[in-house]
Amino acid sequence: MRASTDPHGKGVTMDVTAIVNGVERTADVEPRVLLVHWLRDELGLTGTNVGCDTSSCGACTVLIDGRSAKACNLFAVQVDGSDITTIEGLAIDGELHPMQQAFHECHALQCGYCTPGMVMAAVSLIDEYPDLGDRGVRVGLEGNLCRCTGYQNIVHAVLQAAGEQERHP
Amino acid sequence: MTDVATHRRTGAPRVGESAPRPDGVAKVQGRFAFSSDLFAENLLWGQTIRSPHAHARIIDIDIREALSLPGVHAVLTADDVPGELHYGLEHQDQPVLAADVVRYFGEPVALVAADHPETARRAAAAVVVSYEPLTPLVDSALAAQADPIHPDGNVLRTLTIRHGDLDATAAVVVEGTYEVGMQDQAFMGPESGMALPSADGGVELFVSTQWLHADRRQVAGCLGLPEDMVRITLAGVGGAFGAREDLSLHVHLCLLSQHTGRPVKMVYRRPESFVGHVHRHPARMWYRHHADTDGTLVKVEARLLLDGGAYASSSLAVIANATCFAAGPYRVPHADIEGTVVRTNNPPCGAMRGFGAVQSCFAHEAQMDKLAAALALDPVELRRRNALATGDTLVTGQVITGAAPVAEVIDACASHPLPDLAAVDEQPMMHRPGGAGRTADAHHVRRATGFALGFKNLLFSEGFDDYSSAVCRLENGAVTITCACAEVGQGFVTLAQQIAREELGIDEIVLAPAETATVGSAGSTSASRQSWMSGGAVQAACRAVRGRVLQQVARRRGVALDGLVLRDGIIESLDGSVRVDLADAVDGPIEETAEYHHRPTQPLDENGQGDAHVSFAFAAHRAVVDVDPELGLVRVHDMTTAQDVGRVLNPLQAIGQIEGGTAQGVGLAVMEELIVEDGIIKNRSFTDYLIPTTLDMPTVRIAALIEEPEPDAPFGAKGIGEPPTISSTPAIVAALRAATGLELTRVPVRPQDIALPRS
Repeated sequence: MRASTDPHGKGVTMDVTAIVNGVERTADVEPRVLLVHWLRDELGLTGTNVGCDTSSCGACTVLIDGRSAKACNLFAVQVDGSDITTIEGLAIDGELHPMQQAFHECHALQCGYCTPGMVMAAVSLIDEYPDLGDRGVRVGLEGNLCRCTGYQNIVHAVLQAAGEQERHP
Repeated sequence: MTDVATHRRTGAPRVGESAPRPDGVAKVQGRFAFSSDLFAENLLWGQTIRSPHAHARIIDIDIREALSLPGVHAVLTADDVPGELHYGLEHQDQPVLAADVVRYFGEPVALVAADHPETARRAAAAVVVSYEPLTPLVDSALAAQADPIHPDGNVLRTLTIRHGDLDATAAVVVEGTYEVGMQDQAFMGPESGMALPSADGGVELFVSTQWLHADRRQVAGCLGLPEDMVRITLAGVGGAFGAREDLSLHVHLCLLSQHTGRPVKMVYRRPESFVGHVHRHPARMWYRHHADTDGTLVKVEARLLLDGGAYASSSLAVIANATCFAAGPYRVPHADIEGTVVRTNNPPCGAMRGFGAVQSCFAHEAQMDKLAAALALDPVELRRRNALATGDTLVTGQVITGAAPVAEVIDACASHPLPDLAAVDEQPMMHRPGGAGRTADAHHVRRATGFALGFKNLLFSEGFDDYSSAVCRLENGAVTITCACAEVGQGFVTLAQQIAREELGIDEIVLAPAETATVGSAGSTSASRQSWMSGGAVQAACRAVRGRVLQQVARRRGVALDGLVLRDGIIESLDGSVRVDLADAVDGPIEETAEYHHRPTQPLDENGQGDAHVSFAFAAHRAVVDVDPELGLVRVHDMTTAQDVGRVLNPLQAIGQIEGGTAQGVGLAVMEELIVEDGIIKNRSFTDYLIPTTLDMPTVRIAALIEEPEPDAPFGAKGIGEPPTISSTPAIVAALRAATGLELTRVPVRPQDIALPRS
């Protein structure tokens, strides 16, 4: 931890080293910087959206060591040493993750603002509980708001992707 | 020109098929750029200073300290607005920045631009505004008599409908008073945008919005620039639902950019978003229905009062809808209806999905149930007996000439099998009212169903010359469509491709960005109008291109024009002598522009009579709810719906609209309300303003999409977005009434309304 003389009045900063979408990133950040702002503003990963500022909507959900977390609810310094996956890191070699494919095929999005967070939350949910039914998916995604779809196609998509995962583990 | 050897059947989805969204892959990958993702070199950040009072005189604004902060590049007040000081969608009454008086909580007073968002926020806090607080006018019932809060007075509009014999009465009379609270559109992507100075001294604005050209007219007026020096491009929109039809940060961004000569970006946070856009009008409604003993409606009397808040926004059109559709989708020979919308110091209200029809539907459907009870008739049967049909006359004197399959909608919804629900005591706790929180005891829970029917107009009304424009360009076998229709999530981008494929038989359809410089207005993405209006413009532009291609081929090949057909991208002559791929049929590019107008409508006369509307769409919902009357907890288990859609252009998208629209009706029924005390919104966050989650939303079951083609509409398709939001709310409340025996005259129905009803 050290003091810096940043023109924006940055005070004490700390080193953060994390694997973000497979790439090691090291930065000097103030302890008060939220993870979502670090991802968006410093790393340019704008796929992770900010919807509410109060950890209510889940638009900023990312994976930390494989588990979903709301990036507005963590400081960047808390992910030091972690492995972060954002929506940009989900597709491998341009091939959509089954969850992304299912969201697209099932029309599980309209405006798409909640989609990155919803997809990340769903990936983590299905990874942990592959056998969920409709109700289980709804319980698991209760922390992610969508205003366009009424959620029905989102639930379809998650179940479709879970089935896909079952067939191709 | 090369003839093709084999017949090519193109594979991409056409009209009527479930084409996937063209922006879908980018959206699931996080690559779709929302307006909050914009960036430019040398960027400044804007911040708005807003009134902490609902009503106050501005004594002084001291910007010196803010301006002296390092990194601050501009602090602007009303004195810095170079053009028109006021803007407005219909009525130019809203200050760009308040000058002498603030009329609502959160009204913009000053602007800051700084080189970092935090610096901008600090500078905003350093602007010292001295106010002399005034007593806010917050009771809409007092507004007409109160001192005017605006030079234009407090009554924005009164519309009176007098139809038939005003003295008519009948054997059964039921009366009631109803209220609707203030709902927020609560789109997920808060307001954001970026303005850049352009080389000609004008400005370029990238913003999430619903109507680019109406924005341009207002922005240019306020900047004192000709319209062609303001270029607006749609940036990725995170939902709209009416909240982006009015300007929010548009002029502010441009002022800051013009003043500093640098790109300026603004992003509202959620609390600012709640005060930064209009809301659904709160309503107070008195009704008296008169019917014969067999249930035939004879007369409807109604008095509607909508709170428009501080500025006009689209209030004049909202009250027209609330009043025109106040009697519901029923044959009503006699009507005496008056609707008024007033100004108060409450937050400004304007467009939200359903636009006036939501409020009166809640009341007329409660009345229909009350009438059914008084007549000892089944509520569905009462609706069926009075249902409008093509050829019937509305209370505005307008005869319905288009499709009105109201009886079919009712029957499809009502006859759909009830959901197979487990008995309450066999359900997991999470399924009961209260869910994981204060869960109901199974033996307290009562289950009931409710039914409601609603309708509204499609497209703009009352003589407004509504149109959309599109350009179709065919070049090297590829088609580019340019249209300024704002894609806000509804899926117009998908439909535009489907329509172009249908008309030209080419799979690859490129959509150019929606912006103001290259194409005329597409009108607003509202009033369930874009599939019809911009769909119509795209269709017309494509047909014009097709016509020119066929003309060229006919001329070159020396065949009769009327002997040529274009099908699946192949031009063929009926005699078989010509067979050529569209890609090879013409040399240079062909470009055609089309402007699509719907048939003209008329203003309403002094008795509220006239052919004011183009078309109508109808929907019914049936709700199944569980209620714990002691705790006031509710679980909506099932929403079944049928809707009059004309023709389905894209089944997946149509059903998506219906599910999403129903969700917003569920929210209004049991959870969503902006709590406004003395003009101040108290719940400006998603922690306190609750919208339905995955657990609040029941399964939505589509009993039927009734496809009776609308004669005037392209492909016969009606707009789909709004009807689901209209009938869903009253269906749930009808079920709650059936479960509890309470009157429940207000939405949202809160736990205390059930557990602690006022006698």
